[in-house]
Amino acid sequence: MAELKTDEMVINMGPQHPSTHGVLRLELLLDGEIVENVKPHIGYLHRCFEKHCEAMTYPQVIPYTDRLDYVNAMSNELGYAIAIEKLLGIEVPERVEYIRVIMAELQRIASHLVAIGTYGNDTGAFTPFLYCFIDREKVLELFEMTCGARMLYNYIWVGGLSHDIPDGFVKKTKEFIKYFRPKIKQLNDLLTFNKIFIERTINIGILPADVAINAGASGPTLRGSGVKFDLRKNDPYSVYHKFDFDIPIGKGELGTVGDCWDRYMVRVREMEESLKIVEQAIDNIPEGDVTSAIPKRIKPVAGEIYSRTEVPKGELGYYIISDGSLNPYRVKVRSPSFVHLSLMNQISRGYMLADVVLVLGSFDVVLGEIDR
Amino acid sequence: MENYFVTIFGNNLLAFILIPTAILIYVAVFALYAVLAERKVSAFMQDRIGPNRTGKWGLLQTIMDVVKLMQKEFVAPEFADKGLYNMAPFVVFVATFMGYAVLPFSQIFIGADLNLGLFYFFAITSLGVMGLLMAGWSSHNKYSLYGAMRSVAQIVSYEIPTALSALVVVMIAGTLSMQEIVTSQQGGIQNWYILGGPGGISKLIIIPFMAIAALILFISTLAETNRTPFDIPEADSELVAGVHLEYSGMKFAMFFMAEYAQMFAVSAIVATLFFGGWQSPFGDMIPFLNAPVVQVIWFLIKGLFFVFVQIWLRWTLPRVRVDQLMTMCWKYFIPISLVNIFIIGLYLVL
Repeated sequence: MAELKTDEMVINMGPQHPSTHGVLRLELLLDGEIVENVKPHIGYLHRCFEKHCEAMTYPQVIPYTDRLDYVNAMSNELGYAIAIEKLLGIEVPERVEYIRVIMAELQRIASHLVAIGTYGNDTGAFTPFLYCFIDREKVLELFEMTCGARMLYNYIWVGGLSHDIPDGFVKKTKEFIKYFRPKIKQLNDLLTFNKIFIERTINIGILPADVAINAGASGPTLRGSGVKFDLRKNDPYSVYHKFDFDIPIGKGELGTVGDCWDRYMVRVREMEESLKIVEQAIDNIPEGDVTSAIPKRIKPVAGEIYSRTEVPKGELGYYIISDGSLNPYRVKVRSPSFVHLSLMNQISRGYMLADVVLVLGSFDVVLGEIDR
Repeated sequence: MENYFVTIFGNNLLAFILIPTAILIYVAVFALYAVLAERKVSAFMQDRIGPNRTGKWGLLQTIMDVVKLMQKEFVAPEFADKGLYNMAPFVVFVATFMGYAVLPFSQIFIGADLNLGLFYFFAITSLGVMGLLMAGWSSHNKYSLYGAMRSVAQIVSYEIPTALSALVVVMIAGTLSMQEIVTSQQGGIQNWYILGGPGGISKLIIIPFMAIAALILFISTLAETNRTPFDIPEADSELVAGVHLEYSGMKFAMFFMAEYAQMFAVSAIVATLFFGGWQSPFGDMIPFLNAPVVQVIWFLIKGLFFVFVQIWLRWTLPRVRVDQLMTMCWKYFIPISLVNIFIIGLYLVL
C-alpha cells in the first residue's frame, strides 16, 4: 500500500493577530500541527526613525527614541542620553544619575509586567494579565507625577533631566515597593507555578547557550540559556556599580536550560532585583540641581561612538556618527528584539503551532524597535 | 410530565407543545443570563466591574447583545458550502437542546422520563460534533478547519471518560433512568452518590472512588463543552475564534447559546448523578422542603453552582495544548475510570 501523501500547509499569522505582540507577519509552513519553517515579515511599523534623526538636532531626537520600544521609553532615552554625553565628554551631577537609575529600574518592572501579562494571555490565562496591568498602573502613576506623561516621557535629556522629582515622589515610591513585593508572590502562585502553564512552556523553544551567543542574543533571552551576562554588571554605566543586586539566570529547574519557562522566570526574578535597586537608591538620592549640566547647544566634535545599555529586552545600542554640526550625521539603533526575532526560525522548528505563539511571547519582541 | 399537563389542560396536543416550549424558554433565559453572569463574575475576579450601564447591574446587557446580533448582516464567505454552512449552528443547538429532554428538574417536571435517560443524553449530545465539523469544513478557511479538527478530536476522546465515570453510578443504582437514579438518593445528604449512595457503613470504602469518578466526570464534561482549560477550538490567541470564525449575526449567537446551554446540561448531569438531583439535603427531616416546586429550586441551585465552578475555572487556568489534552484523556482518565469501575464492581459483588 502506498504511503499516504500529505501536503504541507502555509499559514499566515498576522499582521493583525491577537498574539503577535504588534504588527508582525509570521509565515508558517506546517505539516499537520508540526512547524517546519517560520518566516517573519517585518516593516509594518517602519517610521523612518534613523533617517529622520539626520534632520533634527540632538535634543530633538529624544522624544523619538521614546517611540522605539514604546513599552519602556525611559530606558531608550537613557541609552541615547548616555551616548551623547560620552560623545560630548560631559559629566552629569550625581543626583541626576540616581534618579535616572530609579526611573530605569521602575521602567524595567513595568516592561516585564507587560511581558508576563501578555505571556499569560497567550496561554489562555486571562486573569494574570489584568493583575499585572493593575501593578503597572502604579508605576505609571509615579511617572505621571514626575513628568506628566504615562507612556512616552521626554524626561531624560542630554546632560540631565527635564524636571526634578516632585515632593511626594520618594514617599509614593516607598509605598509602591511595599505594595509590589507580595504581588510578585501572588503572580508566582497564580501563573508561574501553575501546572498547566508549566506543561505548556517547558521544553519548547530551547535556545542553547552557544547559539544564543553566536546570534547576538542579550537580556533575558541570553540569561534564560544560562549565560550570566548583564551590561549593568559586565560593562557598567551610570551608578549601577554602587548597588547590590543579583543577575538571575535560567537553570532548567523544571525543564531544559533555555526553554520558554526559563526565560519567563528570568523576567519574574529580574522584577524582584529591580525592586531591590529602587529600594537602595530611593533612600540615598544626593542633593543637587538636575538641569545644571544640560548644555545650551549640543555640537559635538566630529567623531563616532557606539554606546550600549541594558534595557529590559536586552542590549540596546546606539551608534552615532557626528560631523561637527548641530544635527547627527547618522544614528543607528541596534535593537535587541530584532536580533531575537531572527532566532525564531531556528528555535521553533519541530514544535507545534500552539508553541510558536509561546516561543514568540518568550522572546518579548516589540515591533516598535524592530521596525523603527 | 405529560400526564401533569394533560390533567391541567385536558388536551393532549397542548401538553405536547407546552413541554418543549417551557424547556426552550428556560434554556433561552438561562443562556442570556449565563453570559451576563460570566461577564460579571470574571470582572469581579479581575478587579473590574462588568457591564453595569444597560439596565441596573447590566441586566439588559445580553438582551441588547442579541438585538445587536439580530440586525447584523449575514456575511458568508464566497466559496462556503451554503447548505452545510447554514445548517451547522442549528445542528449544534438542536443536539444540545434535545439533551434537555431528560434532565430531571423535579419529581414531575421532566421532559420525557425514559428508562434509558442517561444513555439517551450522552448519545444525543454527541451529535453536536457533527455540527462543529460541518461548520469548520464549510467555512472554507484554514483556521476554521484547524479549529474543527481539534474540536472533534477533543470531544470524541472525552466522551469515553464521561461515559465510564457515569457508569459507576449506574452500576450502583442499577438503572439508566434519570428519575430512578435521583429517587434512589432520597433521604438526605448522606445518601447522595458522592458520599457513597444509600447503604450501610460499608459504603465508606468506596467514597474516595466515587469522589474520583465525580471529578473525572466533571473535568471530562468541561472538555465536552469546550471550556477552558480545554477551549482549544476557540483558542482566541491562536486561531482567532477557530471554528466560529466565519459566522456572524444570529448564527454566531446560536453557537454561543448552544455552548451555554450545554454548560448547564452537563452541570445538571453531574448534580443528578452524584449530588442528588432535586433531592433536598435535609431528607425527610424538614418535609416542606420536599414539595415539587422546592425540588426545582434545589436542582437549580446545584446546577448553577457547577456552572459557577466552570466559570471560575475558565478565568483562572491557562489553556492545555492539544497533544497534552489527548495524553491526559487516553493515558490517565481512561485507565483511572476503568480501575474505578473494577473496584466498584468488586464492592457490589462482595
